[in-house]
Amino acid sequence: MNLSTLFLIIVAGTVVAYFLGHRRSFAVAKPVGGVRNLATLPSYYASMMGLWALVPALMVVLLWSVLDSAIIDSLVKSTMPSEAKQLDDDSFGLIYNQVENVAVGIGSIDALGREYEPAVERLRNLNALSDKAMPILTIVVLLLGAALGFKGIKATHNARYAVERAFNIFLFVCSSIAIFTTFGIVASVLFESINFFQKVPFFDFVFGTHWSPQIAIRADQAGASGSFGVIPLIAGTLLISVIALSIAVPVGLMSAIYLSEYATTRARGIIKPALEVLAGVPTVVYGFFAALTVAPAVRRVGDSLRDWGANNGIDWLANLAVSSESALAAGMVMGVMIIPFVSSISDDVINAVPQSLRDGSFGLGATQSETIKRVIFPAALPGIVGGILLAASRAIGETMIVVMAAGLAANLTINPLEAVTTVTVQIVTLLVGDQEFDSAKTLAAFALGLFLFVITLCLNVIALKVVKRYREQYD
Amino acid sequence: MSTSTYNSGSDADQRRANRTKKRNAAEKRFQWYGRLSIAFGIACVLYLFTDIISKGIGAFTQTYINVEIEFDREMLRLGEAPTEKEIKAASFNSFFKKTLRAKFPEAQSRREKSQLYAMFSSDMPLILRNMVIEAPSILGTKQNVSMIADDDFDTFFKHTYGRDLNAEDRISRLSDFQESILGKLVDSGAVEKRFNTIFFTNADSREPELAGIRGAIVGSILTLLVTLILSFPIAVATAIYLEEFAPKNKITDFIEVNINNLAAVPSVIFGLLGLAMFINVFGLPRSIPLVGGLVLTLMTLPTIIISSRSAIKAVPPSIREAALGMGASKVQTVMHHVLPSAMPGMLTGTIIGMAQALGETAPLLMIGMVAFIVDVPGGISDPATVLPVQIFLWSDSPERAFVEKTSAAIMVLLTFLIIMNSLAVWLRKRLERRW
Repeated sequence: MNLSTLFLIIVAGTVVAYFLGHRRSFAVAKPVGGVRNLATLPSYYASMMGLWALVPALMVVLLWSVLDSAIIDSLVKSTMPSEAKQLDDDSFGLIYNQVENVAVGIGSIDALGREYEPAVERLRNLNALSDKAMPILTIVVLLLGAALGFKGIKATHNARYAVERAFNIFLFVCSSIAIFTTFGIVASVLFESINFFQKVPFFDFVFGTHWSPQIAIRADQAGASGSFGVIPLIAGTLLISVIALSIAVPVGLMSAIYLSEYATTRARGIIKPALEVLAGVPTVVYGFFAALTVAPAVRRVGDSLRDWGANNGIDWLANLAVSSESALAAGMVMGVMIIPFVSSISDDVINAVPQSLRDGSFGLGATQSETIKRVIFPAALPGIVGGILLAASRAIGETMIVVMAAGLAANLTINPLEAVTTVTVQIVTLLVGDQEFDSAKTLAAFALGLFLFVITLCLNVIALKVVKRYREQYD
Repeated sequence: MSTSTYNSGSDADQRRANRTKKRNAAEKRFQWYGRLSIAFGIACVLYLFTDIISKGIGAFTQTYINVEIEFDREMLRLGEAPTEKEIKAASFNSFFKKTLRAKFPEAQSRREKSQLYAMFSSDMPLILRNMVIEAPSILGTKQNVSMIADDDFDTFFKHTYGRDLNAEDRISRLSDFQESILGKLVDSGAVEKRFNTIFFTNADSREPELAGIRGAIVGSILTLLVTLILSFPIAVATAIYLEEFAPKNKITDFIEVNINNLAAVPSVIFGLLGLAMFINVFGLPRSIPLVGGLVLTLMTLPTIIISSRSAIKAVPPSIREAALGMGASKVQTVMHHVLPSAMPGMLTGTIIGMAQALGETAPLLMIGMVAFIVDVPGGISDPATVLPVQIFLWSDSPERAFVEKTSAAIMVLLTFLIIMNSLAVWLRKRLERRW
């Protein structure tokens, strides 16, 4: 029986238990003079019985799936020949895999060796036993639980307390998923990163200026050791982010100012959603747009500038070389993507500036733009800075645009017309496809992930603090 | 009053007038900066959309070539009443080539012959075989068959043929011989453009003319289903807990900080989490919608939680007080009164979260949903890909015809997103109660 059928049985059993409980509570109510003399509503008795059926059965399935393989492993190990037990963990794991394969019918026992036959036999038997025993045990527990719940339905017993407590626990468990997710992220990137730093020294990673993540297949291969210096990646990420922000910040900020201070309500009602369309477009679409439309256009403009420079004898223009995967194209498109993000945060922040400040400034004879530049903008500055930091963390963590439009070459440059690569691009290229989890190449992706997580986390924490303090100032 | 003061007064007037002029000009300039910024934003939206649409609109039509084919028994070496097995064993490949050679005798050299075959989709022999399997009675008769044109033929016919273009804009990968054949076919009225149903009914393929988005759409739906089933209850429960039940203590604060930070963690990090946890530790298979859904759940949870919380916050305390005053328990108050009132806001947040999940690519790359999959997935544990990843895969493809397919897939994706977002807006306007 597979897991999904078992789950269906559990759900069905729970529903049946609920309705049985409902009927039982009416039966219990009869001798005491009707439902109103029960300690609580019939639906609570029914829910209690349903929970008694559901929760223990689910626990059995969960515990069984977690412990099953560990118990079987240790039982099978005891039947292995003695020379296999003396092997180290890795080689033992290999042998054990073969035993497993033979047990399910892949490969023959002769290739493995006759001395493993008892182990294979044992494993096969245990697996068969486990497959049968789990559903049976689950159903028995479900029935037992339902029976226990059934007995608990008494006119004097207030089932609501128990049900509400269970509900509370459920709510708390759901809320704590956020904590587990954070821990999960930290644990998954941290452990692999620690493995990585055992292979590549930490300072070589942080201060290295050369990135070429090759791993030698043979020890004596030419150019055997890859180098994992993260500086070019950081430089590339920063270059693209700076280009993006230098488009998004002025445009987003000015649109927000115009919309909140000048535009009529009607114009605002039309323009704001139109700009927010940009925020709803998936990043893969921007990536496609950057790679197929903007990058060739940038290159064409660059080429015609070069020709013009050559014809007119302007040396620096004549030597202009635009890469087809220039940082400029990716950065520009990313900037467009972040415009609505900057503008909506700035809009919030500007609207939070109290009207009295504006009125005071107008009263002194300032024009509207002077009020905005000298009163509102300084007052809103902390909030705007917070918003820009959030936008920067967005730009640094953005993946698809740079994967599709920026290159893979790790150039250490600040020339926006050259190809650069970013942290996220390298994470994706290192991890897409098959990997082995003991090579420095794969682990490097996790080290980059840790780096990215820490940087964005810091930016977010600072930004949220700044914005929060700013809000409190005017509340 | 002396003249000098009068003079200086006029000077001051002059200066004042100048300054006013300057200030008004500055005001005008400032307003124009704002207008230009907005115009730039709107222009980007328009350019993005027109660019994608003009690139992709062509993919919704497909060129067919109507050819009369005689299903000759002898050529196929099939008897009176062949069994399905016999039909499957018959060489439709050579039959197809022979038929073409007979139809187009101008193909003489080996090269011309292979160019002739290449004008038709490489799946045509298979399609002919399926026709015979479906209706063996067509054996020995002549049938008009609409043959799917190869992608180079298709692209050339849709974009270049019959247009007076200069050499740069001419998109042609056809040889002169192929173009001459095409000209003859068009003159005889055998070539026609039809709505491209293949694009919507096929899954991925290496051949652009046979590649479709059905597999990706089904994959997206399955992935979103997993995401919705997991994230909606969990997010609503979290929002209720934090707003209504949570005691003010360190744990609650910690949960809130975590949610706010997770909302801003780059999506690719969630992909790393999925790879390390779900695939390496729990041993779930790669490329399946279940794992994709799990990762997207973790990613969208903060979005839905935050909007659900503000929906609950918007329910006025008087509702709660009234319910409590009537003797309802805290749980009853929340379940019977607060939750129904906050539901529209929660649903809006959920739809926006789902739209975000539908467009997400990077974390799914990490968990291996980039495999080339030609089957439409049947369940949440079948290997699958999703629409945005399909777009990514096609955009990487060197075949020129895939540019068109990619843009068309983007149009489909954007249509879904626009529908979801309008639904959210409509729901907010329609159902949200103002207190």
